[in-house]
Amino acid sequence: MSAANRARPGRLLILITLVLGATILWAFWPGASHEARLGLDLRGGTQVILTPELAPGTEGVLTQDQINQTVEIIRQRVNGFGVAEAEVTVQGSGANAAIVVTVPGVNPEGITNLLKQTARLDFRAVLAAGNGIEIAVPSASPSASPSVSPKAVVQPTELPIQAATSDELYEQYLSLNCFTPGLLQGGRADDPTKYMLTCSKDGFEKFVLAPAFITGDQVSDSQASLPQQGAGGWMVTLDFDSQGATKLSEASITLSKLPSPQNRFGIVLDGLVVSAPFFSEPILGGKAQIEGSFKAEEAKQLSQVLRYGALPVTLNIAESTSISPTLGQDQLSAGLLAGAIGLILVVIYLLIYYRALGFVAVFSLIVAAGFLWLLIIALGRSIGFTLTLAGIAGAIVAIGITADSFVVYFERIRDEIRDGKSLRVATELAWVRARRTLLAADFVSLLAAVVLYALSVGSVRGFAFTLGLTTVIDVLVAFWFTHPLVTYFGKSSWAESGGILTGVSRKRLIAGSTILNGSDK
Amino acid sequence: MKFNEVGNRLYTGETSIDFVGRRKLWYFISFIIIAVAAFGLFGRGLNLGIEFKGGAKFNVPSVTSVEDARNIVKNAGVETSVIIAVGNERLEIQTPPLDETEIETFISKIATDFKVEPGLITTQSVGPSWGADITRQALIGLGVFVLLVILFLTAYFELRMAAAAIVALLHDLLITIGVYAITGFEVTPATVIGVLTILGYSLYDTVVVFDKVKENTRGIIAQSRLNYRESSNLALNQTLIRSINTSIVALLPVAAILIVGVGILQAGTLKDLALALFVGIAAGTYSSIFIATPILVQLKERQPEIQALARRVHARRVNAGVDGPEGMKITGSPILANQLMQAGPRTQPKRFTRSKRKKS
Repeated sequence: MSAANRARPGRLLILITLVLGATILWAFWPGASHEARLGLDLRGGTQVILTPELAPGTEGVLTQDQINQTVEIIRQRVNGFGVAEAEVTVQGSGANAAIVVTVPGVNPEGITNLLKQTARLDFRAVLAAGNGIEIAVPSASPSASPSVSPKAVVQPTELPIQAATSDELYEQYLSLNCFTPGLLQGGRADDPTKYMLTCSKDGFEKFVLAPAFITGDQVSDSQASLPQQGAGGWMVTLDFDSQGATKLSEASITLSKLPSPQNRFGIVLDGLVVSAPFFSEPILGGKAQIEGSFKAEEAKQLSQVLRYGALPVTLNIAESTSISPTLGQDQLSAGLLAGAIGLILVVIYLLIYYRALGFVAVFSLIVAAGFLWLLIIALGRSIGFTLTLAGIAGAIVAIGITADSFVVYFERIRDEIRDGKSLRVATELAWVRARRTLLAADFVSLLAAVVLYALSVGSVRGFAFTLGLTTVIDVLVAFWFTHPLVTYFGKSSWAESGGILTGVSRKRLIAGSTILNGSDK
Repeated sequence: MKFNEVGNRLYTGETSIDFVGRRKLWYFISFIIIAVAAFGLFGRGLNLGIEFKGGAKFNVPSVTSVEDARNIVKNAGVETSVIIAVGNERLEIQTPPLDETEIETFISKIATDFKVEPGLITTQSVGPSWGADITRQALIGLGVFVLLVILFLTAYFELRMAAAAIVALLHDLLITIGVYAITGFEVTPATVIGVLTILGYSLYDTVVVFDKVKENTRGIIAQSRLNYRESSNLALNQTLIRSINTSIVALLPVAAILIVGVGILQAGTLKDLALALFVGIAAGTYSSIFIATPILVQLKERQPEIQALARRVHARRVNAGVDGPEGMKITGSPILANQLMQAGPRTQPKRFTRSKRKKS
């Protein structure tokens, strides 16, 4: 007798009750959201899938580093766009990477154009800098005309603003408030030959900047490192190509002599200033370092930004889908209706064919469905799993596959009874044999789910995840719920009596066969 | 005879369908189906959705007739389009690829003519290379999966069973794709999902059948009552009821998706997915019985020890006067169940329950 035969069914039932209880706690943890996270196709919204590619004319391959940097840039754009619940995720890696952006609402104006803009990296001299809020013009200033109050200057609605001369930007600079919603999104066209008015990425500083003196492609490398002497915090080192080195030495000779803030330069990524260090001395060798009170993480981020500039990434819009909330609602109810019909059909079939044993199967299906529902809620909160229509379809298909496990087990029990075993022995022997079949078959399903999940993007992924999840639930429920329940069933005197409603009636299972009747006499 | 009695007789072998022996018939049927499928595939080709060829799709909640809709779309400046009425209240308009600005203008133009709010118009726009990417990923996924499954099935069963299972799997995939070619149903990413799910299901079914074959043929070399072919055929008959039941149970929910998808939504994920699944699961059940096991038997019968077994079984029957003496022919004659009952591990004496023992 194997270990499973000795295992006490009561213990397994207690075990699954505990697991179920823990899952309920996890799903309904007080204070957290208790609803499944619905995908775009069920609640409406816009989804844009972008495929990153190296900009034309650049050589090399797309690194994970650059993809992550691109995702960061897009996240900044989307968050700055001012929509709640926007999501940016990356699926796949390397040449197959796809960036999936999901925002609520249908066709938010200009979102796609905002997303596909190639981000530029430039170095620009600072002409004026100040706190990122409106600056009141000193009333004593004799040059200020009393008829023009700074409030009269229209607040910029998008950044950066570019102009041929810095004067044009100056009045707007004064009135600019970087915390105006929607300003810090970046993603607007950025002409390196023009002057620019913009904010720092966090909004705390605003700048008027000169045309770029170095462009991102002239940075050949950048690393975050600790100074040799160990004093001070992290720093970021920069290497420039020969063109960049010449321009750097020219700029640093001029700028380092000027007073603050004109000795500073802005490192501008995607239209926003990521860092604005100052030149302490002329830099002649094409190698520079930015020192400051960097934390390790900040230094790494900045060096990543600088490396990105060398190989700008273009984004292609691979797919953009937008679904209205009413269609989403329709799809959700249709999906749930299909699930309900499917479940009822299977329940009816199981009850007609397996009678009392069918009840065990129906209970098991209900427990499995309960697990799935709880996990969808819990995983939605913890790992951001979203339920899509394809996912619902996957769950409905899983009803059949889970019920198949019970069919395999029950038919085995019937075979054992035909062989003359008592019901109690039959349920255990059948389990030992059915168990292997179930594990092998479910392993193949799980394999399919994992391969699909790892190698696909978009809706296929959501489906694969649901399929894998339900396969695991299937095994769990069969081992810890169905089997112990059948064991109790097998021990009951009513089932052993073999009435026609038990589903394991010996009389019915040998009827019509001379061999079975003969061997039984 | 009642259904349950058929099941009982199938189990003992008193009623036996010669699945393995009549394999040429099954192969022929499959050959015809696959030939038609291939004809459809290379003749008509697949009706690829915009996800695969690029384009834009608009879903408009409107009761306007398709004819009027065509004029509205033409007025909006798009010459070629496909317009389908979805349900009673929606229209689906497919156009060639449009860029983002064109889409915005198009929506605002047709929204006025259809008298709907632009926000209620659902859009989907796909770049032409994206579909190629998805397809390539799906094919890579298929390749990796087949490789892993061969490794797993070889470890769990043996190489020949793995090979037979994969042949059955490809058979199912071909038939499913063929049905799409012949019916002209649109192929979308949801269809691809459906097809990929068949991978798992078709093998699940085959694993269940092969597990019984493996059980019946364990220690088969050590006896001389049954040859490999008869043992496997008995396994097929014994699992037949189970195969029918698992297929019905798997098809019922899929049928529900299909009914709701076609009947209520009329287009979209559910329909695309369910049709592929329905055809695939049906083909999967057929192939695990009619294709996988006969191929397995053919492969096994090339092994010298299985051939030797067949000769021994034959010689024994000739001695007993139950079979003709001609040649080394491997017979597919119906077998008596008690021959199997005496062979292998299932030879424990019959036990009676306590209650029955008292009575007798």
